[in-house]
Amino acid sequence: MFDLFAKVFGRDDASKEVAKERLRLVLVHDRASLSPQAMENLKNDLLKVISEYMDIDDQGFRVDFSRHDDAMALVANIPIRSVKRQSLSK
Amino acid sequence: MGEAIVITSGKGGVGKTTTTANLGAGLAKDGHKVALIDADIGLRNLDVVMGLENRIVYDLVDVVEGFAKLKHALIKDKRFENLYLLPAAQTRDKTAVSPEQMRDLVEQMKEEFDFVLIDSPAGIEQGFKNAVAGADKALVVATPEVSSVRDADRIIGLLEAQEKHKPFLIINRIRADMVKKGDMMDIDDMIEILAIELLGVVPEDEAIVVSTNRGEPAVLNSQSRAGEAYRNIVRRLQGENVPMMKLEDESGFFGRLRKLMGFKG
Ligand SMILES: Nc1ncnc2c1ncn2[C@@H]1O[C@H](COP(=O)(O)OP(=O)(O)OP(=O)(O)O)[C@@H](O)[C@H]1O
Ligand SMILES: [Mg+2]
Repeated sequence: MFDLFAKVFGRDDASKEVAKERLRLVLVHDRASLSPQAMENLKNDLLKVISEYMDIDDQGFRVDFSRHDDAMALVANIPIRSVKRQSLSK
Repeated sequence: MGEAIVITSGKGGVGKTTTTANLGAGLAKDGHKVALIDADIGLRNLDVVMGLENRIVYDLVDVVEGFAKLKHALIKDKRFENLYLLPAAQTRDKTAVSPEQMRDLVEQMKEEFDFVLIDSPAGIEQGFKNAVAGADKALVVATPEVSSVRDADRIIGLLEAQEKHKPFLIINRIRADMVKKGDMMDIDDMIEILAIELLGVVPEDEAIVVSTNRGEPAVLNSQSRAGEAYRNIVRRLQGENVPMMKLEDESGFFGRLRKLMGFKG
């Protein structure tokens, strides 16, 4: 219903809205992009912090940017070997 | 001590050279002592836009390499005796000059001129680094298109990372008729996306092509809308608070009539 409304009045179709939306996404990506070196540092820092709480498989450890429809996310995939006992009591 | 201003963009062909020529001529017309540096080594263009291509003897690289004195390389403008151009070398490339050498050169020129305007090449490589090296202020030119705005964003990021003075935006080639139809980003859209201060908006104008053909900057043409926009930017560069020009749609019947009758916005 809303779609139809938007179409009839031509608001969402205006090509500048398309341009703005595309720019918004691409700029989030451009601005967030870290150099390969900075990305590696981020990975190592994350690894260090998380290792204090659990035993992680650093071979399978992945950090990447991911795009979900209209938002950007930093996604980390961290395989856990075991959780340390002390972290449970915290 | 003068002020050095670099005109840059990231994307090519958006109007850096046109802007440099017009702001230079406008500032000179207002009585300031102005030097223009064409930093686009290998793709010299500011000379033809200014109509000075027949007067070149020495160029920027000759000066930097100590082969020619600055005062011998500077070309005096035809119209204003307080306007000079330091042309780019045509047969060399960007690596012929280093950012340190550019900084020294600009520093030296600031002692003699009120304004030193530097026309940057497109891109983010050494040519860009050379062009911004000695600048106190940066003007980023962008057209209301996705690729141009994206590249402008990148340039702004680089300028801010270098802790240059805050960059200012000049929107070029805006078309009121397309903005009205929603087929072109408007001024607010661009400011919102790029989040920098706006210095001016220059409409798409045939007079730019005509004036480039003749080698006469449009800023000197009182009939040109783009010229008027550049005159406003010139005043803002001198610290005046000038309201943004209203974008007129001259494509409709009344627009054409207004134009015919010589009304200005
Ligand atoms: N406001 C305008 N209206 C109409 N045409 C324009 C306008 N601004 C620039 N142009 C035209 O666009 C073309 C590119 O302009 P210009 O050479 O100034 O761009 P540039 O950014 O210096 O390019 P480059 O990156 O190659 O150095 C020229 O043909 C010029 O006449
Ligand atoms: Mg140019």
